[in-house]
Amino acid sequence: MKNILKSTLALLSVLVAFTSCDNASKSNSGALSSSAAEKVYVAPGEHDEFYAFISGGFSGQLSVYGLPSGRLFKVIPVFSQDAEKAYGYNEETKPMLNTSHGFVPWDDAHHPDISQTKGVVDGRWVFINGNNTPRIAKIDLTTFETTEIIEVPNSAGNHSSSFVTENSEYVVAGTRFSVPIPQKDMPIKDYKGNFKGALSFISIDPEHGHMDIKFQLIMPGFDYDLSHPGRGKSHGWFFFTTYNTEEASTLMEVNASQNDKDFIAAVNWKKIEEYVNNGGGTMMPAKYAHNVYDEATHSATSTMKKEVRVVNPLEVPGAVYFLPTPKSPHGCDVDPSGEYIVGNGKLSANLTVHSFTKMLAAIENNKVAGDAYGIPILNFEDVLAGVVEQPGLGPLHTEFDGKGNAYTTFFISSEVVKWKLGTWEVVDRQPCYYSVGHLMIPGGNSQKPFGKYVVAMNKITKDRYLPTGPEVTQSAQLYDISGEKMELLLDFPTIGEPHYAAGCPADLIKPRSKKLFKLEDNKHPYATLNEADTKVVRDGKTVHIYMTTIRSHFAPDNIEGVKVGDKVYFHVTNLEQDYDVPHGVSMIGANTSELLIMPGQTETFLWEPKQIGVWPFYCTDFCSALHQEMQGYVRVSPANSNTPLKWSLGEDIE
Amino acid sequence: MKRSNIIMFIAALLPLGLFLFPLWKITLEAPQYPTPLGMYIHINDFSDVHPHDIKNINLMNHYVGMKYIPEAIPEFKIFPIGIIITTVIGLIIAFKGNYKWFLFWFVLMIVLSSAGLYDFYLWEHDYGHDLDPKAIMKFTNPDGSVMGFQPPLFGSKDILNFKAHSYPRLGALFLGVGIAASFIAYLIGKKNNKKSVTM
Repeated sequence: MKNILKSTLALLSVLVAFTSCDNASKSNSGALSSSAAEKVYVAPGEHDEFYAFISGGFSGQLSVYGLPSGRLFKVIPVFSQDAEKAYGYNEETKPMLNTSHGFVPWDDAHHPDISQTKGVVDGRWVFINGNNTPRIAKIDLTTFETTEIIEVPNSAGNHSSSFVTENSEYVVAGTRFSVPIPQKDMPIKDYKGNFKGALSFISIDPEHGHMDIKFQLIMPGFDYDLSHPGRGKSHGWFFFTTYNTEEASTLMEVNASQNDKDFIAAVNWKKIEEYVNNGGGTMMPAKYAHNVYDEATHSATSTMKKEVRVVNPLEVPGAVYFLPTPKSPHGCDVDPSGEYIVGNGKLSANLTVHSFTKMLAAIENNKVAGDAYGIPILNFEDVLAGVVEQPGLGPLHTEFDGKGNAYTTFFISSEVVKWKLGTWEVVDRQPCYYSVGHLMIPGGNSQKPFGKYVVAMNKITKDRYLPTGPEVTQSAQLYDISGEKMELLLDFPTIGEPHYAAGCPADLIKPRSKKLFKLEDNKHPYATLNEADTKVVRDGKTVHIYMTTIRSHFAPDNIEGVKVGDKVYFHVTNLEQDYDVPHGVSMIGANTSELLIMPGQTETFLWEPKQIGVWPFYCTDFCSALHQEMQGYVRVSPANSNTPLKWSLGEDIE
Repeated sequence: MKRSNIIMFIAALLPLGLFLFPLWKITLEAPQYPTPLGMYIHINDFSDVHPHDIKNINLMNHYVGMKYIPEAIPEFKIFPIGIIITTVIGLIIAFKGNYKWFLFWFVLMIVLSSAGLYDFYLWEHDYGHDLDPKAIMKFTNPDGSVMGFQPPLFGSKDILNFKAHSYPRLGALFLGVGIAASFIAYLIGKKNNKKSVTM
């Protein structure tokens, strides 16, 4: 009996030993390396190391996440109305969504990019494109608010956009769909040779970031898919991938996939800029909106512009070349040195990398293979730097870590592949869950990437999260790329379709973040800077309520003399001068949204009372211990009554 | 000029530092204020430690019915005049007087400073206890009496969710060192006087 017990114990201990051995071998990265959870854990009260600005895709918004935690901090409304912040609902921001097609309260936000100084991200502004109704927006990173939107005329499907040159000279807006320029009523089958593609170069004012379309390059009618600026040695050039060089107009999946090679269009924008500065190009009638938000008046104005300068590439010899690139390239990515231009042929088995130096040499030696509508085509072999052989299926986008490595996403094989620039050898591959589109390394579109993490943005998540009906969350994944091998650290859900992202160290933005708006700087035409100045003014059938908020009351809180059929404007100024104390307000039956008013800011909403009665309004943002008491009433009398206009706050009721 | 008179001269000038630096600082800490609210008390003014702090202190304090911190108080007129007069007296003494007058100035300054502190205490007491009867929130002490919200004259104290700190600043140091220096001038003057008598 004893022996049995002994041998059992012996056997058990051997088993235990083996099991523990097995456990130990699983974490083969050594006792000192920390777990993935520890690497993404940001303790309560601590801050993340990086900001990530992840586009909201079809939500039309831009979301702000922290890395490495993957925590969502804010959704910045850009092209879509947002009831949470009254963006596009209040009178101040409605003009931001004005276009030549009227008020367009939605767009498809694709590629955010952070402004740069001397080739390094500077954390001043984020630019992002609206793909559907072509627009470029600028977001000010002191306030995290959209402060400018410019519509892009002669453009359709503003996709190869919005990438910024290395001193933020230009943000580019290339059209995905070619269209008749100017637009006209014509048969679609006559596309070939008649449709054109506009590549718009929008200058950025170095001081205020104000945007202005400097010129549009009117290119042959291909689809201009993605783009990237040259940098370092290739600064002054811009590269655009094309597909549908077949110029097909129907059943595109077949008819636009016939040519073995499409092109990367290389544009020497410095050369064209010089031409334009000397009076080159022609002014062409065009209608497009330019919407600017002014921080002093807390209001946007929309100006309709009437013409745009267009440039025919043939007028500037030597400014535009086509680099043949295998079959329907999608991503177009330039490495930090500016030497390599990666064209990801999404239907090709290989990754093609062009050499900027070789391109210049080919141009110099006039080694031209042919032309497309008069634009010279260089020889594929003359510009080829190398090929990454069969790295995966469906290459889309490439980012760089600044240490000589490139990371490419593969949509079909659903993975990120790390490879070496120059040797073109594959170093590592990691699966994505699932179907990855873009990826982002903070500072990836600059000369100085912060190559610690890569974020992969996936199109499909299936079983990765708790199900939420037929639509499950969109997602991003965070990989540690500080070592030789990539390590998946974190899954985190995202809004909309996370399309592309831009990231930078938090320290670039944090110290400049605005805490409040100074009341004394408030130049809003309907601002009320203290309670004593609150009033209600009737002007015909329009009533202006000059209202203030402070913890925990509105002034005035009792208003009488409003009539059915009036247009009542609530102009509400938040008198707080304390960080993080917004107030909200809304009125029963208002056909707009609440207002969310920052300290020192004035916002306005319209209310059109349709029924008599005494109707309440209240604070919508929990502001203080007495938030629930922060309320008031408007008495609405019949249209023909003569109830006098009256308003009060805190008067004795006796 | 004798050494004691030079020290007295410096002693008389030092309180003028009150015109350059704040006398006192009151700080209010709470979890909701990771950057604490604070106000400086100068010889002739209240000022914010961070922009809008006094406005935000007022906003907090109105919940318990405290009055708004006024833009100015009568003391802001009296105190500067007092300091200028005592400095002038001190300077006259430094030039004309002997060591016994130094003691007189020392005592005068102690009395006036104590009176100033007492006045400050009264003001604080009134501010912390004379509450609006329609106050939104009313708190009582364990013994049933109405809770006061007086910040400490000197030191730190918990007031509801706030921790209040009240400490002298550089201006007060100038005043204190000036007063102390006048006493030192007195001691030195006395010692020298004895020596000269025995000689």
